[in-house]
Amino acid sequence: MNNLIGNFGKHGILLALLILIIFNLFYTPYFATLQALSINLTQVTPIILVGLGMTFVIATKGIDLSVGSLMSIAGTLSAMILLKDLFPIDDLYLRITVAIIFPIIITIGFGCFNGWLINQFGIQPIIATLILFIAGRGIAQVLTDGDVQFFEVPEFQTIALSRILIVPFQIYYMAFIAVFSIYILNKTLLGRQILTVGGNEKAAQLSGIPVKRVKLFVYGFSGFCCAIAGLNSIAMNSAADAMWMGYLIELDAIAAVVIGGTLLSGGKASIFGTIIGALIIQLVGYTLIGNGVPDAAVLVCKGILIILSVWLQNFKSTNEN
Amino acid sequence: MKINLKFSAPFAATLALVLILIFAGLRYPNFLGSYNILTVLQYNSMFCLISIGMCFVIMTGGIDLSVGTVAALGSVVAAILSPYGLIPGVIGGVLAGTIAGLINGLVITRLNIAPFIATLAMLLVAKGMALLITGIVLGGQPANLPVSYETLFTSFGQGSVFYDYQPEWVDAENSGILGWFLEIIFGIYNPIIVAIIAIIVSDIVLRKTSFGRYVLAVGESHESANLMGLPVKKTILIVYIISGSLSGLAGVILASQFGAGQPTEGLGWELFAIASVVVGGTLLTGGKGSILGIVPGILILGLIYTILNFENGLGYVSLTVHWQQVVRGAFLLIVVIIQASITKEKIIS
Repeated sequence: MNNLIGNFGKHGILLALLILIIFNLFYTPYFATLQALSINLTQVTPIILVGLGMTFVIATKGIDLSVGSLMSIAGTLSAMILLKDLFPIDDLYLRITVAIIFPIIITIGFGCFNGWLINQFGIQPIIATLILFIAGRGIAQVLTDGDVQFFEVPEFQTIALSRILIVPFQIYYMAFIAVFSIYILNKTLLGRQILTVGGNEKAAQLSGIPVKRVKLFVYGFSGFCCAIAGLNSIAMNSAADAMWMGYLIELDAIAAVVIGGTLLSGGKASIFGTIIGALIIQLVGYTLIGNGVPDAAVLVCKGILIILSVWLQNFKSTNEN
Repeated sequence: MKINLKFSAPFAATLALVLILIFAGLRYPNFLGSYNILTVLQYNSMFCLISIGMCFVIMTGGIDLSVGTVAALGSVVAAILSPYGLIPGVIGGVLAGTIAGLINGLVITRLNIAPFIATLAMLLVAKGMALLITGIVLGGQPANLPVSYETLFTSFGQGSVFYDYQPEWVDAENSGILGWFLEIIFGIYNPIIVAIIAIIVSDIVLRKTSFGRYVLAVGESHESANLMGLPVKKTILIVYIISGSLSGLAGVILASQFGAGQPTEGLGWELFAIASVVVGGTLLTGGKGSILGIVPGILILGLIYTILNFENGLGYVSLTVHWQQVVRGAFLLIVVIIQASITKEKIIS
């Protein structure tokens, strides 16, 4: 019996995803169309992007609540540069380049700020990132005076709206960052150090692992992922809304990571699991809404889903011990 | 160097509050007028309630992220029951919160799920339930749910019990400081009274009862509390029930004060509560804390909004409402850093 549940935990999420897809094929109208696939993929992109950074953070036994605010800051800055509100750059392509690179650098900086707080003062990650969770969105709103920034720069928006071989372009860079993350986590020294820090920080410290630098990296990387998600979001909407961009995305991202089998107690992480987790979150929402269940009920289901997956995870890890 | 944190942090917060009040009182006319003081207190009394619950939870080493949406759920339930009178409305709202808190506590203690995850899930569930219920009651899209003005329900949040007894000669303009003081005493709104009672009762519970000592012992170390034979799980369960019930009560005040059950309200309340608890000197790691310290914590954070408004009123600068979040974040940053430095020193010594 225990073995059965253990096995279910291992392949359970794939099975769950499969069941969801099969269910949708039969019951949700227009599910098996290219349009539905495209909608689902573009909607899941920010969850996966933010979830990748979150996986690294959670692997070190941390948490990053500031992701939504960082998305908002990145998107807002980028829109302001495109609108020439920040720098008077006349050359279009130079402006686009700056509008992509500058927000990424700033957001990585904010991510590193989170890491610095945690390293320097020993503040718990949940509180350290809470500060930017509150203030970050405020910063973005102060910059824009709370107004939505509309812009129309088709050359910039290709990063989200164009397609290569039918597949939306954003899927490509999302996949690229995902592969990069898998490589870092599984094939490099840094990846092993991240898992060691999460598994037992004191032991990691004693064995000479640069714990502080590892933490700085994971929070910085989380900031980077948020920046990409923010840029993607404004390019899709051709507008930057400081108030609602990335709103509550931390919940979806954490849920995706947890469902994907990354342990909240640190030390074990699966990028692939996070991607599947994000797809499950997205599909659960899509299935319910597609079958006429109100938005509100989707929230309830997501909540129950989170508890259920963590409970299964606990169950699994106690069995393994 | 040994610093008595339990004493010093609430003291520092009070000192900061007094300095802010002196600064604002000198800079803005009418800032310390009885009307403004009563308004600030009335608006912040619901935050006071959720902060008390949060304080108990944090003292056990946990966290409750669901307080805001549970309050929203409480406000919706209270609004639905408001046509039946004041008592059903209040009891219904509080009970909704109690159930949410009970579920939080059970998930944490029985399923061994981290408080942060359990209450995060409750945040979603409570918000979803609040929206679902309003959607069903209104028969369509969820929106704010008006309360009944036929019954006494709105008097709970808007009225003031002592107002009718105010003597006619009481007037700040004629009788100076005494008049100002009596105006505040007689004009005190009901939510403020509820908050004051809650503060006093909680402070006594924390300091004088065995439950209060259990809370701190559990926060200090689950394992040693367990070894000492203390009812660890029961204590944890109770603090989440307290937090849920107080959030429900805050929801009742929300509905009654603003005349509507508000299913989308309550976002960011948990941060407000955590911040006030931290400012008040409760250690985030659990084991140490003060209920009275919450009061200056809440007032400092709440006054930031009022001060922004008054500053704009002077007309020199125009600070939008968005600055509020930035200032609150910066404030939390400073307090957390100070707290972390103090506790570090303590550990070393």
